[in-house]
Formats: sequence, structure tokens, C-alpha cells
Amino acid sequence: MLDKVKNVIVVLSGKGGVGKSTVSTQLALALRATGHKVGLLDIDLCGPSVPYLLGLEGSDIYQCEDGWVPIYTDESKTLAVMSIGFLLKNRNDPVIWRGPKKTMMIRQFLTDVKWEDMDYLIIDTPPGTSDEHITVMECMREVPCNGAIIVTTPQGVALDDVRKEITFCKKTGIKLLGIVENMSGFVCPHCTECTNIFSSNGGAELARLAQVPHLGTLPIDPRVGVLSGSTASVLNELPDSSTAQIMRNIVQHLDALTAVPTPAQV
Amino acid sequence: MQAPPPEHCPGVESEQAGLVSACAGCPNQSICSDPSKKLEDPGKALVAAAMKDVKHKLLILSGKGGVGKSTVTTLLTRYLARSYPDNNFGVLDIDICGPSQPRLLGALGENVHQSGSGWSPVGIDDNVCLMSIGFLLGSVDDAVIWRGPKKNGMIRQFLSEVDWGNLDLLLLDTPPGTSDEHLSVVSYLRDDNAPESLHAIIVTTPQEVALLDVRKEINFCKKQRIPILGVIENMSSFRCGHCGNSSEIFPAKTGGAAAMCIEMDVPLLGSLPLDPLVTRSCDAGEDITAMRNETTEALATICSKIMSSL
Repeated sequence: MLDKVKNVIVVLSGKGGVGKSTVSTQLALALRATGHKVGLLDIDLCGPSVPYLLGLEGSDIYQCEDGWVPIYTDESKTLAVMSIGFLLKNRNDPVIWRGPKKTMMIRQFLTDVKWEDMDYLIIDTPPGTSDEHITVMECMREVPCNGAIIVTTPQGVALDDVRKEITFCKKTGIKLLGIVENMSGFVCPHCTECTNIFSSNGGAELARLAQVPHLGTLPIDPRVGVLSGSTASVLNELPDSSTAQIMRNIVQHLDALTAVPTPAQV
Repeated sequence: MQAPPPEHCPGVESEQAGLVSACAGCPNQSICSDPSKKLEDPGKALVAAAMKDVKHKLLILSGKGGVGKSTVTTLLTRYLARSYPDNNFGVLDIDICGPSQPRLLGALGENVHQSGSGWSPVGIDDNVCLMSIGFLLGSVDDAVIWRGPKKNGMIRQFLSEVDWGNLDLLLLDTPPGTSDEHLSVVSYLRDDNAPESLHAIIVTTPQEVALLDVRKEINFCKKQRIPILGVIENMSSFRCGHCGNSSEIFPAKTGGAAAMCIEMDVPLLGSLPLDPLVTRSCDAGEDITAMRNETTEALATICSKIMSSL
């Protein structure tokens, strides 16, 4: 399982809609932009978002002798993507499965997909602490998993669930690489006043309480939203934005941690 | 290890179970095709007995997480309870891994008591009561790390062993997705003799990445034969407290909920603008019915639409 993958990073959050998939895709794209070979696996079976976010909807998975071939975003084959979205005939089809079937599917994604040589595999997860998460954690005992990045928004109702996810990581023995606070402020396009719609600083507070590194605070930036549907990285498109700055920090943090030599900047 | 079902499995509940060509070779074929073995879950009768005085059940669903299912449930409950003081309302939080209702309804730290007729739900107001797994956890940090069957058992207990009493409407707040929790609650509550007792409301936000999952949820309801009362679009716009101009935080590049409702042939109940004051009050568990702004006006309209269609 995942023999050719050097590092595995799981992106988690107890809460839904906090930006796990957006952070996962932008992190994968940022790692690629800094010269790494990256894989992105979407294990949200009931609500896969990665195909849409990368503009890959409608791509078909092919089978080869060694298993399923993931979707490559371009000729360079530096970003490989796998999601249940590629296996559905219609984008509106629901996947109405109970736990055991979801477990089988995730095991297949990890064992039967032909993950080539790659520096990082990013795993995007659904919200909660249930079948999908237990399965991934069980599989992670057999492969070199570096740890988890937790995504949260700053409001109390999200933090409640994220605290449960941190407990889950501690109980299952997965290392917490850090917390990313997303959607922390919205800059009004009319008057440039920044409003903290979902209050502020919750992620930083939580990181302090849980004694986990705080990896950064991402604002609500509509310019980043516009990038969804393409494989453009914020690092190249919006190099001066705070989102790009934070993604660069996370990449550096990961490279230092995983001791993968950073290739020459592209 | 369990063998995966055959590719064209008709489903164990189907009339064709065990009989169609796809079933040939399936290890469960003999179980599926034996008519005497089609036992109904004994929990269903227990649930029906416990819920006999609950007139209507309303599922608050969304394929997507974080769109405001729990907040909308809270806002609706508060408003309905205030506008219809003679009716009784209950809230059941079936989000087992991430319960939010205790905080939003201002009941953090409350306890559930056992009585002769079962668990007593926590009273929120004169005519509102609440049950959530949050009340059974020792601390906010406690994680519920359960696979499907255990979640199913918990939901069955919530439906059959809670002393709901006489309720006019039970609102059920759900987790995102179309999986164990949803299948369990629907199988326990759907009554083919009284199909009008179970309805669904779908909550969404305007951006395509949310609508994508919400369409799946609407198709889930159609497949499970649950009538959809309508769709509520949450966080539709944001009014800046500084300059007063509205802007779209989650741009509706594909027409938002309105376009999706036409495409999926479901009614749109209304749109709720994003208001930092409402968000903050909800986080603190305060009652928002005294507030007057665009969000509460929209809520009043939605509530009257809901009550008139039940």
C-alpha cells in the first residue's frame, strides 16, 4: 500500500464547510508549484468536492494492470487526483452507503490505485469522526503518515467540533501538524473595512489550548474563490495575497518536518 | 472481511432482492430470496409507539457541511415557538459526531434525566425541548469515535427511549452526507400509512461547491420518498456594518439556490442574509426573536410558509 509515496498528510476537521477541500487542493497545488510531485485523494464519498474545485469534473478513471490510474491534471504528471466523483455517472447522483461499503471503497482507494512516485499524498476527508476517519487511521498504521492538518473557522460552534477531532487524533495516535484558521475576516469590497463575520482568533486560541502549532489565518478572499475550477495555485496567481503567504509557510513547515529537500523554486 | 455487494445489487429491501440475475453468486442470495426471513427491524415498532403523540417530523438536511443546518434549525425553532405559543416543539440533534444544538439553543452543560417513561429531553423554553448526544458527553473535547452501527443504535434510542410527550412538530437536525444517520432516521420515521407526517427542508449556501452536494441530497430525498417542503438559502448576502452596502461572500456563479430549485423542481422557501449579529447571538445561545433585521424578517416568512404547508 502506497509504497512509492514518501509522505502522507491528512486534512481533517470535525466540522463541515470550513474549507477542508479548498485548503487540501490549494496545499497540493502549492506543493506542486514548489517542485514536488503530489497526489490528492478525496475520501469524502457522500460529498466529493475535489473534482469540481480542480475543474476535473467529467474525467474518467481508467484501469491498468496494476489498478486504477488516477487523474493527472496535466502532461507533467506532477499532480495525481483520485475521488469518487470520477466514478459517478451523473454529478447529481447521491452515494447512499452505510459504513462498511464506505470502508471498502476507501481501502480500495489506498490499495488499488496506482499511486506513482510522489513526495506527498494529501488526503481530504469528510467532516466527523466516524467510518471514513477510522478506516484511514487504521490504514495509516501501515504507511508512513506524517500527521494531520486541522482546518477550522473561528466561531464557537465550529470549534466545538474541531476539539473533538483533536481528541480523535490524540486517541488514534496521529500527529497534529498544526491548525489553519479559515474564513476569519471579510474585507468589504465597497469600503475595505474588515469584518470578522465568524468572530476571530478562535483557531489561534485553540492551537494554544491544544498546544499545536498555529499554521496561519486565512481571510475570506473572493479572489481565491475565483480560482476554483482550475488548477491554478495561489502561489502563482496571487503571489502577494495573504493566502499565498500562508500556503508558502505551510509548505516550508512541511518540508522542514519531512526532510524532503525543497527543489529549486519554479 | 465482508464481500462487496454485486454491482447491480437491487438492494436488500427491494422486492427483487435475491431474485434478479445480479444476485447469482452473491453469498447473501439465500438470505435475500427467503421471504420468511424478511424481518422488520424490531426498533421500528418501538419508535412508532414512542412517537405516537408527535404529529409532524421535519428533517433539516443538506449534503454539505457548515451551510447552517443547525443554525437554521435553531432559528426556526425559536421563531416557531414564539409565533405559535400554543403548540409544542421538539428538537432532536442526530449529528452524533458533531452535535451543535446544545450550544446554539443555549443549553451547554445541561443534563438529561432518566424518568419512568424514558429519558427526559432538556427544556429550552415553555414549549421547546431538546435532545442531543452533547448532553451525554462528559466534556466538549470528548470525541464520539463510532462506526455506523453504533450511531444507528444511538439514533434508535433517541427516537424510541426519549419521553417526547405531545409534540406538534419535531425538528431533526442532521449531519452532512447521505449515509448511516440519514438512512437510519428515514427507515425509523417513514410511515407508509401516513406519508405526510415526515417532511424535509434542505439548507444550502449560494456557491456551486455547496449546491453540488445539495443536489445529491435532494435526489436522496426523492429516492427515499420524503416530500421536500423547500430549500432555504443561507448566507445569501452580507451587509457591511460599516458602509451598509451588500456584497456576496459566496458568489452564486451558477445562479445560486433559485436556479438549482428550478432545475431540481423543488420550491425555494427563502434566503437568509449573513448577519454577524445573528451569528454571534447563536454562538452564545441567545434568543434572537426580539431582533429586527433582514434575517429575522426572512425567517418570519419562511416559518409561516412551513406551518401552512404542514
